[in-house]
Amino acid sequence: MVALDCPRLEGGRDHQARLTCCALAVALAVTMLMSLSHGASGVSLWSLTLGDAMPARDRLILWEIRLPRMLTGILVGASLAMAGAVMQGLFRNPLADPGLVGVGAGAGLGAVLAIVLGGMAPLWLGAALGYHLVPVAAFLGGWLSTLLLYRVATRSGRTSVATMLLAGIALGALAGAVTGVLVYIADDRQLRDLTFWGLGSLGGASWPKLMAAGPVMILALVAAPFLARGLNGLALGEAAAHHIGLPVQRVKTVAILTVAAATGAAVAVAGGIGFIGIVVPHLLRLATGPDHRFLLINAGLAGAILLLLADLIARSIIAPAELPIGIVTATLGAPVFLWILLRRRGVVDL
Amino acid sequence: MLVAEDIRVVLGKAAVLHGITAEAHAGEVTVIVGPNGSGKTTLLRALTGDVGFRGRVRLNGRDCSELQAWELAALRGVLPQASALAFPFTVAEVVRLGLTAAVHADRGDLVARALAAVDMLGFAARLYQELSGGQQARVQLARVLVQVWEPVVDGVPRWLFLDEPVASLDIAHQLDVIGLMRGFAERGGGVVSVLHDLNLTAMVADRVWLMDQGRLTGQGSVTQVLTDEALERAYGCRLRVGCLPPAGGWFALPQAVGGQGT
Repeated sequence: MVALDCPRLEGGRDHQARLTCCALAVALAVTMLMSLSHGASGVSLWSLTLGDAMPARDRLILWEIRLPRMLTGILVGASLAMAGAVMQGLFRNPLADPGLVGVGAGAGLGAVLAIVLGGMAPLWLGAALGYHLVPVAAFLGGWLSTLLLYRVATRSGRTSVATMLLAGIALGALAGAVTGVLVYIADDRQLRDLTFWGLGSLGGASWPKLMAAGPVMILALVAAPFLARGLNGLALGEAAAHHIGLPVQRVKTVAILTVAAATGAAVAVAGGIGFIGIVVPHLLRLATGPDHRFLLINAGLAGAILLLLADLIARSIIAPAELPIGIVTATLGAPVFLWILLRRRGVVDL
Repeated sequence: MLVAEDIRVVLGKAAVLHGITAEAHAGEVTVIVGPNGSGKTTLLRALTGDVGFRGRVRLNGRDCSELQAWELAALRGVLPQASALAFPFTVAEVVRLGLTAAVHADRGDLVARALAAVDMLGFAARLYQELSGGQQARVQLARVLVQVWEPVVDGVPRWLFLDEPVASLDIAHQLDVIGLMRGFAERGGGVVSVLHDLNLTAMVADRVWLMDQGRLTGQGSVTQVLTDEALERAYGCRLRVGCLPPAGGWFALPQAVGGQGT
């Protein structure tokens, strides 16, 4: 991506966006340290300076609990925010969310199926997946629903974004109905699992889970910035994007796969965490403009920061117990979102 | 040279274009005229590949269907009739999108020059969505202009395809755009444009394609194609064409108001 500088011209916001990127990187580093040094156990980061004299318990807490949790938080937050930004660019609509194209619904259905019917799974499957059954099912559900939608919306090599959006709504409703049936037949313990999974949490983060879902999220995060030029062009509409020289169909295919991978993997490890995918890109667009060359990267950074902060709140507000993180993101995200809408109402079209 | 061979377009069950064969030359402005629904825009959209068609379109001797998007983008800029823009981009950012496929390094001031050409330089930092319809149209034109700023590159002419570029503009800016079209052609590029205004057409066109009910009923110079009879046949109303004495400027005057069963 070559930066296009217009020296004698106002109206470029590149400089501002680059500064924001640097500021967000610094903020992320600070948030990471805060996330590592805070927790119910009271172990502080200073114990790292003890070196070999560090108590085994502290080492365990830092390396086996807080570090994977922090890394999971970074990847999930970045994936959700970046997937939101990609989806919004693809649909040319700032309110589009991975939940809309059925990835969220599909992933949720997969998880609910695993929770309620997991006990009926063949023994070898249960033995092979162990407690990864729910994340793996969520991941598969997200992927399968995306593939299905993509097939429905693609005819002779062209993907209709409108068809996909509508089919996503239909698939979401269908997944909701099946989920409803499963909730109806679930027992009390399963209902509790369902509720907590649906609200989202980083509490289940562990190295094995991170190793399973992390590479998928990293792949999506690395791929997304390469979509920047394509998504900028798509803002003009598909025909105009083609005429300025973009391989429109390839951009759409890669964007859909990226969103499916990022959202499927994120939902698989952390459950349903809302608002990051809508609020973060929206705030950044207001601050530094909609140029995806900066928006995607900045959204990834800001999403990671926001989720780490939400996680800090979730595990400290009623410590030693934990709030589901989805409650925190929704409680913080929804009012901010409404406030933005009210403040900007009538100034700029959404 | 642009060559359209037997272009047929069917939308739904209706045949919209019935086998159009025509050519346009680099160094000339070719204007497509005709009444509403005659297939002007559909023909332009077929030439630019925006609508499925049977037949063949060759641009500078190459079959357009065999060219990649970036190859086409290097050869031609396309201005559609209506342009919607998602997200609050500034005017400068919108015009810069026209440089997406550009490969030259010295494109820094192109955006400014294109904005100046459409008289929008002072609006560079404004949000596109805050502009009036006519201003937005000029910004879109600037975006298309930066894409093919040099009308000829390495001896190969480049093309502008414009669908009603003056539709929402005031008379002064209409003349500006007409001037830009002429300038582009005079420097060796090719321009193909849909226009409604016959008098503007006469001012700018080297070649006219007259469309009527999905057929090309005439192609050639203004005086060859736009005759009293041809216009009355196509538009269904009486028009008198003539030339103003001093400079010989062509004009068409309506001879009666509509709605009277003329």
